Amino acid sequence: MFIRAFTLTFLAVLGILGATSSARAQQELVADLSDHLVAITTGFTGADVLLFGAIEGEGEIVVVVTGPRDRVTVRRKDRVIGVWANVDSMTFENVPAFYAVATTKPLGEVAPEDVRARQEIGVENINMRPVGVDAAVPPSQIDTFRSALIRNKTRQRLYGAEVQPITVLSDRLFRSRVHFPTNVTTGIYTVSVYYIRDGSPVHAQTTPLQISKVGIGADVFLFAHTNSAAYGLIAIAIAVAAGWLAAAIFRKV
Amino acid sequence: MPSLIPIYLPIAEMSVDVLLILGMGGMIGFLSGLFGVGGGFLMTPLLIFIGVPAAVAVGTEANQIVASSVSGVIAHWRRGNVDFKMGGVLLVGGFLGSSIGVWAFAALRTHGQIDLAIKLLYVVFLGTIGALMLSESLRAILRSRRKLPPRGKLHQHTWLHGLPLKMRFRRSKLYISAFLPLGIGFFVGILAALMGVGGGFIMVPAMIYLLGMPTSVVVGTSLFQIIFVTANVTLLQAINTQTVDVVLAILLLIGAVIGAQIGTRFSGRLKGEQLRGLLALMVMIVCIKLGFDLVVTPQDVFSIVPAIGH
Repeated sequence: MFIRAFTLTFLAVLGILGATSSARAQQELVADLSDHLVAITTGFTGADVLLFGAIEGEGEIVVVVTGPRDRVTVRRKDRVIGVWANVDSMTFENVPAFYAVATTKPLGEVAPEDVRARQEIGVENINMRPVGVDAAVPPSQIDTFRSALIRNKTRQRLYGAEVQPITVLSDRLFRSRVHFPTNVTTGIYTVSVYYIRDGSPVHAQTTPLQISKVGIGADVFLFAHTNSAAYGLIAIAIAVAAGWLAAAIFRKV
Repeated sequence: MPSLIPIYLPIAEMSVDVLLILGMGGMIGFLSGLFGVGGGFLMTPLLIFIGVPAAVAVGTEANQIVASSVSGVIAHWRRGNVDFKMGGVLLVGGFLGSSIGVWAFAALRTHGQIDLAIKLLYVVFLGTIGALMLSESLRAILRSRRKLPPRGKLHQHTWLHGLPLKMRFRRSKLYISAFLPLGIGFFVGILAALMGVGGGFIMVPAMIYLLGMPTSVVVGTSLFQIIFVTANVTLLQAINTQTVDVVLAILLLIGAVIGAQIGTRFSGRLKGEQLRGLLALMVMIVCIKLGFDLVVTPQDVFSIVPAIGH
């Protein structure tokens, strides 16, 4: 259902862009999302968002989608008297809850290493920093934990392991699709589009994307977090009523 | 995993299949009706197994056990099989124990040891109880084959009966120190909070073998106090960790209520010792599965969690 709506929007935009291309000659990069709000409803099974736009002239396009940033703890297990127990941990800050990148060419070909590092292009360039680690900890250990974090996020399908393709039509229009799985975190996401020419970004555009819970699920979550005691009491009341009801119904049978 | 009827669980923050959850509730409900146990010790590991975070599984299961215990206790109450005085004393211990349990749960979670603690507790308690039940029911089956007379009286006087603060429990025909039920309630309360169970599988043998209560009032009294202990756990987990998912709890209890009724009807067709033997076997299977998970090399020795407390 999303895709059909996108195609219509896409075609509409195509028409508008065609009509106003001369007026927009100054602007070499225009991009937008098919949706600025992803609603997590009771029937949420993931969502696709289409990013589309137009470019003027020669160059490569890179799209980076990052989720809200927070602290994440990475734990390492080891054998302790035969069983696997968490023995070691490291906390990173500035870790995006979600990360995906899409490009027109393989990452290595669009921009040199320093540009990619600066713009956080590619999972290995995410600017996450260890917290409270003393100087004695070797960088190799930090790297091990950092790559473990990325590996876990990739397994949870929250970080894109592979670079997604961007389709370019007649050297002017481009589009790419971002998929958000069911376990996606709510919050404000950032969609950054870079227009790169000869290895340096000449234009950039950032668009926010909000992912939030709506409907009953959102109300339940909000209530559980803002009125915890009342929520607990209601949960107990529901359980008592359901138990009593069950006993009453099945007594008659 | 393709979902037929997906539903998004607001607290667990994941999408599950309604039919899967109803089916799980029904299956565990059937077993609990068949064997006369709460089923929390089977449901919590199963929830963790399908990907529900351990903390949410424990908090939500406590909520569901409130419902199943209420429906169970009504039937026993009608037959007069609840010793309210004994239940009340057990409950005082249970409140204290479960409150400490919820606190310990939060502390273990902060240190990243909650998953290990839950699994270790399961392996130790299910292993012990399962082995005891299995050997007991095997002996009972052998004895009935050889037509030997049943065992002598189980209730014997030990130093435990010499403790002070004696109380009379008319319904249970006992005159014992209040410290005994207080202690048992306290201990089972801690386990209820940490393991996401009602604790009936420990409470019932403790009441029979340690307190010497008549078997007829044991299940009703145990269920009576489980209602309040699990309600306490539900409330404290809701306040401290926000891990009680009412949507999940409602789905589970719909399945469980129906399953339990079917199970109760089937239980009449099996002999007591056969039932206990089967239950013991199932307890041992869960125990071995969890024990295996603890020793087998994990797919990735690294795991990630949102940082707590900043």
